[in-house]
Amino acid sequence: MKQDGIYRRTIVALVHDKPGVLARVSGLFRRRGVNIESLAVGHAEQSLFSRMTFVVAGSENSVKNISNQLNKLIDVVEASDISEKNYVSRELALIKVSCDQSQRIELLELSKIFRVNVVDVGIKNITFEIAGGKSKIDSFVELLDQFGVLEIMRTGRIAILRGSTKVGLNDGEFSTNKETSIYIPDENESGSV
Amino acid sequence: MKDMIKGSEIVCKALLNEGVNTVFGIPGGAILPLYGTLNKFPELRHILTRHEQGACHAADGYSRTTGKVGVAFATSGPGATNLITGLATAMMDSVPLIAITGQVGRPAIGTDAFQETDITGATLPVTKHNYLVMRASDLGPIIHEAFHIAKTGRPGPVLIDIPKDVFDELASYDYKKDSQIDLPGYDPYIKINDSQIEKAVELINQSKKPVILSGHGVIISRAQDKLLELAEKAQIPVVTTLLGISSFPENHILFSGFPGMHGMAYASITLDEADLIIGIGSRFDDRIVGNAKRFGKNSKKIHIDIDPAEINKTVKIDAPIIGDIDGVLKKLNPRVETQNHTEWLKQVEHIKAEHPSLTIPESDSLLGQQVIKTLSDITKGDAIVCTGVGQHQMWAAQHYQFTQPNSWLTSGGLGTMGYEIPSAIGAQIGAPSKTVWSICGDGGFQMTIGELATVAENNLPIKYAILNNNHLGMITQWQDMFYKGQNMQETYTGNPDFVKLAEAYGIKGIRVENQDELPKAINDANNHQGPVIIDFVIKKVDYVYPMIPAGGSVDELIEEGKNK
Repeated sequence: MKQDGIYRRTIVALVHDKPGVLARVSGLFRRRGVNIESLAVGHAEQSLFSRMTFVVAGSENSVKNISNQLNKLIDVVEASDISEKNYVSRELALIKVSCDQSQRIELLELSKIFRVNVVDVGIKNITFEIAGGKSKIDSFVELLDQFGVLEIMRTGRIAILRGSTKVGLNDGEFSTNKETSIYIPDENESGSV
Repeated sequence: MKDMIKGSEIVCKALLNEGVNTVFGIPGGAILPLYGTLNKFPELRHILTRHEQGACHAADGYSRTTGKVGVAFATSGPGATNLITGLATAMMDSVPLIAITGQVGRPAIGTDAFQETDITGATLPVTKHNYLVMRASDLGPIIHEAFHIAKTGRPGPVLIDIPKDVFDELASYDYKKDSQIDLPGYDPYIKINDSQIEKAVELINQSKKPVILSGHGVIISRAQDKLLELAEKAQIPVVTTLLGISSFPENHILFSGFPGMHGMAYASITLDEADLIIGIGSRFDDRIVGNAKRFGKNSKKIHIDIDPAEINKTVKIDAPIIGDIDGVLKKLNPRVETQNHTEWLKQVEHIKAEHPSLTIPESDSLLGQQVIKTLSDITKGDAIVCTGVGQHQMWAAQHYQFTQPNSWLTSGGLGTMGYEIPSAIGAQIGAPSKTVWSICGDGGFQMTIGELATVAENNLPIKYAILNNNHLGMITQWQDMFYKGQNMQETYTGNPDFVKLAEAYGIKGIRVENQDELPKAINDANNHQGPVIIDFVIKKVDYVYPMIPAGGSVDELIEEGKNK
């Protein structure tokens, strides 16, 4: 996960769904010298809890201990560094590209190859919705560059462990079946960052 | 409804149910409803401090002395922000305390109202947890949860911010129901992993030259007896961290000092010579470790700590054990083989003889070291000792021989000057039958000097020993050593006459200028029923030795009269 001396980790956390929790979590990253590259939050399967996925980067020392530090926050039920584990991750991006009528066919062809949805078409623009791993989205954006990318919105990565194990509340009323299911690798998703 | 009571009464009742009988604080607008209720609860003794920082440090000193949770009250805005230094001090040293602050009324929150501060936001990094209570019915459960969080696991300060109108809102309070803790994800009662114990035992039994580095965790866990048992059984020399002082009797044959920047040279060298370092309740702080790559280069390391985030934080650990120290040692000690380590102990004795570290130089003027040494001899190491931060703190740590657990109060992690006056207030109130000596510098003493009024008002028989050199002594030392002697802003020419100052507060004042006056002055202070301030006029410029410069190792050790 090392790139130019920067270590990158994917961390998933189950947290209490309360005001101020995001500030507690992001404040911890800041004061421990860890940069948040992407962050996604949404409700968990149980009410009163949320799940967060972070992609963080920093020096080896600062990132390797960060899930331990996260676990010390009272509002964090469980945080887990899943970088070395077997997981699936996705990101959603909305990309607005400038496009006159003559280019429309070509762009639609490209979108088919990338299994991308068209969500809006204007006289001089077209907007795509793409879901996938970071590299897939990056390559698509790179391809669109020649047409003129007007605007990009990306959600940041969400990640989930393969099999039946899950992050958080494994031993209470939330207990899950510990046996792991058969692992089927996704065609273009490797799990590593 | 008949069972409804005011929020402020819920606060008092919940505090009493948590066993609180003393709080330190100072009133202000937003917390007035709570003070308006205090007269209904005479069992809650309120000590009026002169500044919120004083209240927080006093609660801290009370907590360190008694092992109970200290409590501080402050109002909103400036009252609350004044607590921050005290909270940060407690956070760094894992001291359990509860700060209750008033907040502007709910309708005014977020409007930049008079004396409004987002204190929960401001104290995020310096508290273990904090709360803004928006309903009186939440007060009971939150207060009990806050005490649970403050005192369990790795202890720390918890702040509870209560809007003015919540104190006046009616709600019901049921101790049985409200004290049920439901905190998924917070489990301080860590089950000790047997395989971790196994691995550590193996390392200890194989080791030829082990040394124990005992930290504050031993004291917090009240595991001094188990530590003694382990050290004696396997004949392991013990060094303590600055905050670990008093976790091991210093008159014991196995005691080998405290290592680090201003620790005894022989302690640092013993650590360096060891083939196994057993860190117990210590966080391998940079003041001890220095150069992390160089630290204990010949040794394997065991780290016993309740906080998993401390493992491998600064130093690479070979065998971690996560858990409460007392519980871990209970399991570990029986499996450790009885040993005598004759060769190793002989070597440690030899190191001690070669590097005496505590020799007090000849001098015509009075020296700080002499004051502490005489104090230690006269009190037989039995007093509770508080300090500020700087040269006097290091001399106290070096020259006072502690024999009683929980008798050493110092701001080790944050290094808070001004801790010396108020922490002694908390200590004396927590341990009324003990003699409390607070060793102060003339710099730090003036940071919280207003609390002398609190001392006088409560006639607390604290003995303040000011090591007065008219300098920020440690700053002079660093500027001389590392900034080419360019002494800037470290001389205090405007110090008050501390004897007259004492008298102004109605406190007995004594001045000592010569070595031969020392015993009499200390005895006089001990025999005086009330508070005493002794102004020890010491040598103007003096250095603390030994010294290992920041980020260095024993290779850079500077000893008195040696390689300087």
